[in-house]
Amino acid sequence: MAHDILENSGFAADRKLNIVGTNPIKHDGWDKVTGAAKFSSDVILPGMLVGKILRSPHAHAVIKSIDTSAAEKLAGVKAVVTGADFPRIKEGTPYGDMTRMVMAQEKVYHEGHPVAAVAATSESIAKKALKLIKVEYDVLPHVIDPVAAMQPDAPILHSYMRTKGAKPGDPKVSADRPSNVVERYELGVGDVEAGFAEADVIIERTFDTKPMHQGYIEPQSCIASCSEEGEIELWCCTQAPFVYRDRLSEILKVDGSKIKVQQSELGGGFGGKTAFYAEPVAIQLARKTRRPVKITFTRSEVFRGTGPVSGTQSRIKIGCKKDGTITAADAELIFQTGPYSGSAFTNAPQAMFTRYDLKNVRTVSYEVVSNRPKVASFRAPCVPQVVFGVEGIISELANKIGMDQIDFRMKNAMANGARTIYAETFGKIGFIETLEAAKACAHYRSPVPKGQGRGISTGFWFNRGGETSSTLNVAPDGSVTITIGTADVAGSRISISMMVAEELGIPVDKVRAVLADTHQLGFNRVTAGSRTTFSQGVVLVDCARKVIKEMAERAARIWKVPEEGVEFANGEFRPAGANVGEFKPLTIADIAKQTTSTEGAIAARSDMNVTGAGPGFGCHIVDVAVDEETGAVEIKRYTVVEDAGKAIHPLQVEGQFQGGAVQGIGWALNEEYIFGEDGKMQNPGFLDYRMPVASDVPNIDTIIVEVPNPRHPFGLRGVGEVPVVPTMAAIANAIGDCIGLRPQSLPMSPPRMLQWIKERDAARG
Amino acid sequence: MKKHHITLTVNGDDYDALVEPQQSLLDVLRDTLMLTGTKEGCATGDCGACSVTVDGVLQCACLMLGVEANGVLVETIEGMAKGADLHPLQKAFLVHNGLQCGICTPGVLVAAKALLERNPDPTEIEVRYWLAGNLCRCTGYDKLIQSVLVAAKEMRGA
Repeated sequence: MAHDILENSGFAADRKLNIVGTNPIKHDGWDKVTGAAKFSSDVILPGMLVGKILRSPHAHAVIKSIDTSAAEKLAGVKAVVTGADFPRIKEGTPYGDMTRMVMAQEKVYHEGHPVAAVAATSESIAKKALKLIKVEYDVLPHVIDPVAAMQPDAPILHSYMRTKGAKPGDPKVSADRPSNVVERYELGVGDVEAGFAEADVIIERTFDTKPMHQGYIEPQSCIASCSEEGEIELWCCTQAPFVYRDRLSEILKVDGSKIKVQQSELGGGFGGKTAFYAEPVAIQLARKTRRPVKITFTRSEVFRGTGPVSGTQSRIKIGCKKDGTITAADAELIFQTGPYSGSAFTNAPQAMFTRYDLKNVRTVSYEVVSNRPKVASFRAPCVPQVVFGVEGIISELANKIGMDQIDFRMKNAMANGARTIYAETFGKIGFIETLEAAKACAHYRSPVPKGQGRGISTGFWFNRGGETSSTLNVAPDGSVTITIGTADVAGSRISISMMVAEELGIPVDKVRAVLADTHQLGFNRVTAGSRTTFSQGVVLVDCARKVIKEMAERAARIWKVPEEGVEFANGEFRPAGANVGEFKPLTIADIAKQTTSTEGAIAARSDMNVTGAGPGFGCHIVDVAVDEETGAVEIKRYTVVEDAGKAIHPLQVEGQFQGGAVQGIGWALNEEYIFGEDGKMQNPGFLDYRMPVASDVPNIDTIIVEVPNPRHPFGLRGVGEVPVVPTMAAIANAIGDCIGLRPQSLPMSPPRMLQWIKERDAARG
Repeated sequence: MKKHHITLTVNGDDYDALVEPQQSLLDVLRDTLMLTGTKEGCATGDCGACSVTVDGVLQCACLMLGVEANGVLVETIEGMAKGADLHPLQKAFLVHNGLQCGICTPGVLVAAKALLERNPDPTEIEVRYWLAGNLCRCTGYDKLIQSVLVAAKEMRGA
């Protein structure tokens, strides 16, 4: 279906805005400061049972048998399920793999992999029941490191797996024998050899990063119930209620119309709540017992059972001329994905150099399975890990040819109309404006304090649109409710309400955003990739325009004039000219009041596959101090500069910048999964998996650049992903500037820093 | 499992509860008394989402057994506003966007209130160290810390 709004967003640079660009209080904030907000673990249903999951103690094993008889006999236990209680779908297919991740069938693939679950009348009985389940395993050798998993003698996870895109001549993969490499993906442009031949300086390095966790403070929780007729209702914390419904329908073989997914308030997601874990298990337990079953993960289960990001290894080579022109770039990238594919690793080669206008690029990327929890998305999936390497070499090249860090990036910056290596031609973009703002800011212009180092890095994210379905209803008093099916991960409801209020010319307080369940709307894609505020803006402004058109028709009928005799401006319907006649202007509320006497309900819906997302670019500047005796790195000053297109709610935008940067600080300086020889995670708690606390970080300064996206009614781009992309590279570059040692591995935690400092000193002699 | 009878006062109201010996005060608040404003982020005392005060002392509710809470006075997030009147900290968090997803917010507010009761004029560094036991993954702490400082100023009448 062609939508006028997708062709003509109505964006006007000179439009006078009354609400967009201000900072009203988030409507959902009130309940969040009083403790009244309902997160999924707060949902209590009559007759509710407690569900608990038994998890594998082994990283890789064949399940020989499971005996649940003793658990079933325990008083208070109402049901037990194992892999046998799930429909058999072939392994190696998307739904077959998905089923096996929520509950193992033939094999367990990582420590913490679910093997059975119980529903009981209390948590203590459920825990006791888990101990009574006897599982016999045949333990197999395991492999966790992605590079080790690619070796010819590595333990093979799936004997059926052959590498997709295997290329003769590439010894790392083979289409003929079993391999842990899911896919080989090549992407490039131009002639790399010729490009390097033109270069005056070439730098090649190898980098690696470890898995880190999204670290949302709310552990996954869900509560499922099943009616006598088999209708399923699920409350859960999710970024993707509609995707959950559709996948549940596929793996449980239940009609989608019989599954209602109701999203609760979401206690952080960052990509990690785009895939379900306990939800299908709770549903199967509820179907067996016909009672509501609630499963809430412990923190240890969150770490051991849900997706950290991909660990990576990347070899990157970049060459430039003495004048700063980059002539070629070459990369080989390896991504660890857990037991099954799903890392979205092709984002990395597409995005890693995008912001620099390169004519000759070659990338070869591999996605590799291994015995750790399956990867889940995290802000700009797979991109920050490789930008960590790219921006290190960029900084080194700038230093080598004696050019200012920002000037070097500016020299190669993509401008409007630039073509990416994935064959997209950019419209209006704001990378140059972002670099200019960074160069002009107080932080960059200030001298680097004595004893500290400064690092710069830049980053890019595509930003997304996608399927979005929403409704707008005008109440007879003129107030408006909007029903949205995308998740609200950090306060998008207020930003969306503001755009509606602006378009309708009514106060934002007159607009309420309601989180829909999946019965109420058409399909909505996952909230991810910085798509929600952008897409909802397009869809709900479309709704608002439909409602304005409808109201103009009603005004015309009230005045008994032709429709074109009514115009709408500043929240009022007026005669379009003197010849129409003299009528007192009607407000939205005036017309809404006459809902019954005109044509009945005033409402609109809009269902679109939204396009036109505006690419996002950012530049981070960071000063650090390094204690060479302890290896500790301290962040002294941090500035995020990013193009938002248009900041609908500037405080919210700044919050995205700051939150992303601090997550990146954690990833840079401490966060990693540590596995023992036995393949078990050794730090599945917040004490040993060390996320930044308030005293670890300074204030994060922000500069919002606004280069409007003309494909959006208000010019916005999306701001959620970019803030984490440059962070680790910027910090590593600052460390390099401070102590002459630029780390090539994450995290740059004190023990690892000490080791590198020791190696540096040994090499110096 | 044998349950123990305890009585406790939460936000000024007296409650009776039957608790299993291994249950924490957090379990009692959330599961027995159905006061779900206090959140569980880790149950090991590392994240601060379950911050409450017990007899006036800031505490992780997950680190105290329910049976230990017999006879104590507990203050939780539900007791912070007086009816429809929000505490200055709650107002400051709303106006200055000191929260995003909101899961850590109850614990942060309870902890911040305890700080301002003992130190009405904290420096930014003091706020950062006091709240170092409250993990927030969304905000990067900036606006959260600023909100506490604004509320402190307002409460001092400065």
